[in-house]
Amino acid sequence: MAKGTRELRRRIKSVKNTRQITKAMKMVAAAKLRRAQEKAEAARPYANKIQEIIASIASGTTAVKHPMLQSRPVKKTGYIVITSDRGLVGGYNANMIRKVLQTIDEKHKSKDEYAIFVIGRKGRDYFRKRNYPVIEEVVGLPETPTFADIKKIASGAVELFATGQIDELYICYNEFRSAISQIPTITRLLPLDAVGGNADRKVNYEYEPSAEEVLAVLLPKYAETLVYSALLDAKASQWGAQMTAMGNATDNASEMIDRYTLEYNRARQAAITQEISEIVAGANAQA
Amino acid sequence: MSTMTVEVVTPERVVYSGEASMVIARGVEGDLGILPNHMPLVTPLKIAPVRIKTEGDKEIKMAVSGGFMEVRGDKVTIIAETAERPEDIDVARAKAAKARAEQRLSERHPDLDVRRAELALQRAMARLDVADNR
Repeated sequence: MAKGTRELRRRIKSVKNTRQITKAMKMVAAAKLRRAQEKAEAARPYANKIQEIIASIASGTTAVKHPMLQSRPVKKTGYIVITSDRGLVGGYNANMIRKVLQTIDEKHKSKDEYAIFVIGRKGRDYFRKRNYPVIEEVVGLPETPTFADIKKIASGAVELFATGQIDELYICYNEFRSAISQIPTITRLLPLDAVGGNADRKVNYEYEPSAEEVLAVLLPKYAETLVYSALLDAKASQWGAQMTAMGNATDNASEMIDRYTLEYNRARQAAITQEISEIVAGANAQA
Repeated sequence: MSTMTVEVVTPERVVYSGEASMVIARGVEGDLGILPNHMPLVTPLKIAPVRIKTEGDKEIKMAVSGGFMEVRGDKVTIIAETAERPEDIDVARAKAAKARAEQRLSERHPDLDVRRAELALQRAMARLDVADNR
């Protein structure tokens, strides 16, 4: 047999192995996606409750003043960028980073005007290598992160805002729309936009010690909660992205195998045809 | 006996949800005992055990940190960063944390984050307190 066939057989085998892996990864990602979605769902009551109380304070008492609710001239901007620790997630990280860079390019002239808090190894490596001002980083988060895991970065960023080192805080993450659609989003976290609530459910609370003090404790918590829910959303997106990427990889592998198999069969047939004609030619020569 | 709905919510999940006849918690201004039909109230909580008395005179204790309590009509919601039932608490770990925090506080290092150590100590003590009464 021609040597081409052996080479083809080897390739088919190798692509089959790859397909097996990508297929498994796809299924694992699908399972993890479901879990991540449940987790994001479970976090919702907490955030809603805090928001509800803040809204009722904001609407109940007139003129509540808190630095976290007030815009001030922006000298320095903070970005919390959420990426994944591992690759094989399609355009998940690349899209996010591109969007962040675009925003930074548009808004800032020098590196003194912004600071980056980065979550995830991919993002960290990228920004570090290119000497972006990364002030805080978290890598190696577990698959289902707990509130404690990101408390440090969240409260750190909120603290920097409170002490006036940054005047704005944005959070950049892949918003989860569906298993096949994740949209890189950049939203402003601080100063908090007027927290709108359903004012019709207004309750006149007694605040202990006072409305202002309750608000002072609640607002940083609320901001941290927003970071946490963004992270959970990003995690769900990550699995969604991986699922899609691995699904595509599996399809491509199948297509490749089909093509190689066809080629292999052709080569095999050609070899047989040639052999037969050689035998026939030999027989004819002897006759 | 009248009851009210009590919910304990953390960022990760709803830890407890059920009927209760009384809730005792430590607010920043002092201990609070909430009975049904309390007036609407919002207060931050100290790091301390929260006690929930259920109908059959049973008592559920929980170690709560970074918490808030909202009382509205017949519903009490405790929102906290962590809330642990006795069975969730790792006693050995809490004891170790307590010893560590105490040691840090007694050494009085110049670059010691006193506040952080104190908070750690409070958390550990609240956990141990809850774990004792299982």
